[in-house]
Amino acid sequence: MNIVKILFQYVVFPGFIFTGVVGLFLTWIDRKVTARIHWRVGPKWFQPYADFLKLLLKETIVPEGSSKTLFLLAPLFGIISMSIFAVMLFSMNFNPTTTFIGDLIVIVYLLALPAIGIVLGGSASKNVLAGVGASREMTQYLAYELPFLIAIATIILKAGGSIKFGEIILAQQAGGPFLYSISGVITAVVILLTIQAKLSYVPFDIPEAEQEIMAGPYIEYSGVALALYKLGRAMMLFLLPLFLISLLWGGFADWWAIPKFLLIIVLIVLIKNTNPRLRIDQALKFFWLGLGVLSIIGLVFAYYGL
Amino acid sequence: MRRVVPIGPYHPLQEEPEFFKLIVEGEKVVDLEINIGYNHRGHEFISPTLTWDQVPFLVERICGICSDSHPYAYVLAVEDCAHITAPPRAQYIRTIVAELERIHSHYLWLGLAGHFIGYNTVWMWVWRYREPLLDLFELIMGNRNHYAINKIGGARRDILQEDHPKIEKYLDLLEEKNKMFTSAILDDPVILARLENVGILSNEEAIAYGVLGPTARGSGYAIDVRKDDPFDAYDKVDWNMIAFPEGDVLAKAKVRLIECFESIKIVRQCLKDMPDGPIESRVDEIPPGEGIGRHEAPRGEVFHYVRSDGSNKPIRHKVRAPSYMNIASNVVAVKGYSIADAALVLAAVDPCYCCTDRTMVYENGKRKYSGQDLLRLSHEKTEKIRRRYRK
Repeated sequence: MNIVKILFQYVVFPGFIFTGVVGLFLTWIDRKVTARIHWRVGPKWFQPYADFLKLLLKETIVPEGSSKTLFLLAPLFGIISMSIFAVMLFSMNFNPTTTFIGDLIVIVYLLALPAIGIVLGGSASKNVLAGVGASREMTQYLAYELPFLIAIATIILKAGGSIKFGEIILAQQAGGPFLYSISGVITAVVILLTIQAKLSYVPFDIPEAEQEIMAGPYIEYSGVALALYKLGRAMMLFLLPLFLISLLWGGFADWWAIPKFLLIIVLIVLIKNTNPRLRIDQALKFFWLGLGVLSIIGLVFAYYGL
Repeated sequence: MRRVVPIGPYHPLQEEPEFFKLIVEGEKVVDLEINIGYNHRGHEFISPTLTWDQVPFLVERICGICSDSHPYAYVLAVEDCAHITAPPRAQYIRTIVAELERIHSHYLWLGLAGHFIGYNTVWMWVWRYREPLLDLFELIMGNRNHYAINKIGGARRDILQEDHPKIEKYLDLLEEKNKMFTSAILDDPVILARLENVGILSNEEAIAYGVLGPTARGSGYAIDVRKDDPFDAYDKVDWNMIAFPEGDVLAKAKVRLIECFESIKIVRQCLKDMPDGPIESRVDEIPPGEGIGRHEAPRGEVFHYVRSDGSNKPIRHKVRAPSYMNIASNVVAVKGYSIADAALVLAAVDPCYCCTDRTMVYENGKRKYSGQDLLRLSHEKTEKIRRRYRK
């Protein structure tokens, strides 16, 4: 019985299927808002699902000379890590006592896995452009992980030194969301921009720059494998804003979470549509010198309790 | 380790067939090989088979974007050969259309440049305000593209007095929006970070490669046929040549943006000063001889040469499009920058391959196909396709 319940959690709710369905819907919101900003009409609501189903029916082509197993396994990294992440996120929010020591660290690792999947897939596909894309993804991962980790450390500091995710939420329920302080706002900005990079959205869509390296790591992917990549990205679009709400805005166990969530999504889409793509060296400089310094300032503020 | 990153022959960066072989070390471009010649359309061969008056319809199909520049240069060449000039009203009409075309071409480039740096909002917005211009073309000339306004010895259609308010209204809208784009692009720090000091083509290199148009003027090489060798109404109106010395992509963008203001100025003056009178003069025959026509297309000087033997057809018609000169300069402009910049720099000259390419195939130093051969090959291919689909 217990195993069935756990399986249900991972596969159906709030894991793979639920996150995937909501995530694809959010990609529709993204596309629709983008289209309206562009003065276009935009697709119907079921377009992402249709795209996904169409890709599932297409042939998956494995390029000659590539590492076949790795090439086909790489898309699963994102899906699996996001499914586990979804289960953790939901159980911590609705039942914070299920937390265990160090679960925040587990989450940080889970969030790194999609990027690693893209790097592995790109490297495995034996294409020059995919190789360039994979190396860019790796550089960008190294770039945004530094301010991200400092921001997480700020939150740990604000939660009284606890590395339990559940206790961070409990601390906010007791003493008000962390966002309502100087260090909270700084950390929120840092994490929001990191989310932008984790989602590979403009201005940080450098690894898959369409006009430069033609989708980079994804260039050789087709059919089911490409669909899984897209689904993994859609799941991230759902989970990462929720993660931000849980860390800084008091969790999402109440109805107020919905407007908060939509606000973050719209912010992400707006940033995406009001910026050109950066170069990889500019992105590295931005994350290490810009956001890195900013996040350290946030950490100092948090140390003095501001 | 040196690797080759191919841009082309089919690439989302540039929709036309071209092949840039970027030789890269890591992300840095160390060398560039340019390979063009994927287009074969045979305009220069077809031209002598048509009568003088049919050729403008042919040459305006050389390029959909400069579809006024090519016939314009051609009629100037024929008029030069026949020693005639168009009536003043026709000159003004041709100037207006040429300048409106410059705006639409620069907007096309601006939108694409936004797309190339991943800023799709700029792309969509610029093209949104380019759209009414195409409607305006339809209003004036009956076609959104391929306007067919140029005719040997005049203009084919008159710009009616009742259309003036509509043109003025659009110019007002355009001036406002062009101000908006100029400030939006020149004030955005992220755009500046991408465009500034990227793809620098110095003044000396610009002269050495003989680049033309905004590419030259962006490198401080102030050449413009409209100023240097004025024709039609260009010396009767007041306008400035725009040049910036920096030579980077930003300078080229600035040249194009500010040129749009100048074009608006020219069109306004032309509409105001347009004299009454006939729009075409009678041309009975083209005497034997030769003539050249130069026109400042949006991308630079377009050059047409015709030779007449007194018959009703040109016996030679040579076209040189500006992109042919500009593309070669990419070799120096792109070296030392990253792949991300290369995509932008290659597009910054506003390349137009359908203007540029009129194929010649050389093998072992010898011309492989004559015009006749190419025509035969083309017919054979068409037959093959037909046979395949008939089955």
